[in-house]
Amino acid sequence: MKAGSRLERLLERGEFAVTAEIGPPKGAGSKGVRNNASLLKDAVDAMNITDNQTAVVRLCSMAGAVHVLQCGGEPVMQITCRDRNRIAIQSDVLGAASLGIKNILCLTGDHQSFGNHPGARNVFDLDSIQLIAILKGMRDDKKFQCGEEMKVEPRLFIGCAENPFADPFEFRVARLQKKAAAGADFVQTQAVFDLERFEQFMAEVRKQGLHEKIAILAGVIPVKSSGALKYMSTVPGLMIPDYLLKRMKEAANPEQEGVTLCVELIEKLRRVEGVRGVHIMAVYWESMVPTIVERAGLMPRPRVEVEQAG
Amino acid sequence: MIVAERKPMADIKDMLAGRKNVLIVGCSECVTVCQAGGEKEVAVMAAALRLMRETDGDPIAVETETVTRQCDPEYLEPLQKKVAACDCILSMGCGVGVQFLAEKFTATWVVPALNTRFAGGTVEAGVWEERCGLCGECVLHLTGGICPVIRCSKSLLNGPCGGSQGGKCEVGKGEIKCAWQLIYDRLKGLGRLDLLLQPMPPKDWSRAKDGGPRRTAREDAQL
Repeated sequence: MKAGSRLERLLERGEFAVTAEIGPPKGAGSKGVRNNASLLKDAVDAMNITDNQTAVVRLCSMAGAVHVLQCGGEPVMQITCRDRNRIAIQSDVLGAASLGIKNILCLTGDHQSFGNHPGARNVFDLDSIQLIAILKGMRDDKKFQCGEEMKVEPRLFIGCAENPFADPFEFRVARLQKKAAAGADFVQTQAVFDLERFEQFMAEVRKQGLHEKIAILAGVIPVKSSGALKYMSTVPGLMIPDYLLKRMKEAANPEQEGVTLCVELIEKLRRVEGVRGVHIMAVYWESMVPTIVERAGLMPRPRVEVEQAG
Repeated sequence: MIVAERKPMADIKDMLAGRKNVLIVGCSECVTVCQAGGEKEVAVMAAALRLMRETDGDPIAVETETVTRQCDPEYLEPLQKKVAACDCILSMGCGVGVQFLAEKFTATWVVPALNTRFAGGTVEAGVWEERCGLCGECVLHLTGGICPVIRCSKSLLNGPCGGSQGGKCEVGKGEIKCAWQLIYDRLKGLGRLDLLLQPMPPKDWSRAKDGGPRRTAREDAQL
């Protein structure tokens, strides 16, 4: 056991894992994130707390993760390389581990030009693959990136993301392979809409035996409206098949249809060999997650004995 | 100008391992002035390569050419014939030159002989220093013509940090002048210390490399 987190234990036991995403607020209030954490804690195995996603300033992921812990949930703290260099990031990792955070997800981070401070300088001292390797080195070798040793290492279950829908397609599996080799224990993929493309990706993953080296959680996004799905079809790195756009457009009750589509997709993803869980990204719609998990037949969530934070 | 310096010969040798016909391409602009990749350096490189490979019992055929500007496709056109006869181009231009060569000769392997270091100038014979941070939004009118963006180790815009001592920056073992000491002295001499009292707001880094690769297009200069 690397970190002994609930997510790690369940995956190790061969359970089909369910994670979800919580976006922290654009303010110092804790109510929203705590409400969401309380709402989701029995419906999912772990909750990702995003790190200033899309480069918009929000309550930091470490504080968000602590709120989740205090509400009885298990956080996956996201770290991006955009805003902090290797000194700040390693310091944050120590801090997070000391507060009982056991899952950390390593991301490069969205470019600041997409956020609310487009004039900000970016850091990108590291990229996600380097970050994974540093976290692994801290955990397994008790060493900082510079090679210096530490007394108490952070016990972490290390996550990463990968996008099977971005280009060049052939390089995506290689990139996941690099992340697994760098030390990632699990991956949450970009949202799947195009199952055919995802199956192609997974076929290559299986060919290389990657699904045995890293736990793959397929990402899904429930959509509320036809307009939202249409917008997503314009986002680079997302692929939305036409039949889905059509179904949403013709739906009498788009919210209900969005949930149904998401549930159907989860059921299909469960049958894809090598997929060991789903990651539900219900952006601004966190309250719908328990319904989706229930309807997908994934309730109740299995229980585990999680050791207390040291 | 862009200031570059030659990579260690061992690195260049590694990059050319297995190659039998190399074309060394120099550039008559910046890298000639900073004595890293002009005609003279190309000749020295050619001789060194031949000798090194000869000594290793693995001789290499070397052709040379120094163009007016590697960063201008029209000056690369005449290289066609020599490129067709080689199995590798060793560019002695800056990073821009290497890329223009690679874009022009898509079927040929191109490797860099230089490390491209900075935008700067000659401060004394054989010494070049950085002067411009290429931030895309010049502030030199506010700082007495001395750039804090690149000459201050922290790129501070509102005066020196606590590490300025005796005119020197705490970084660089006493070799770096404190940019803000220089700015202060110059503005004082010009009677414009008032400029230093104006707080400078956070900079818009989207105009620098932080905003992604940059491009300038001028309609009046286009055909």
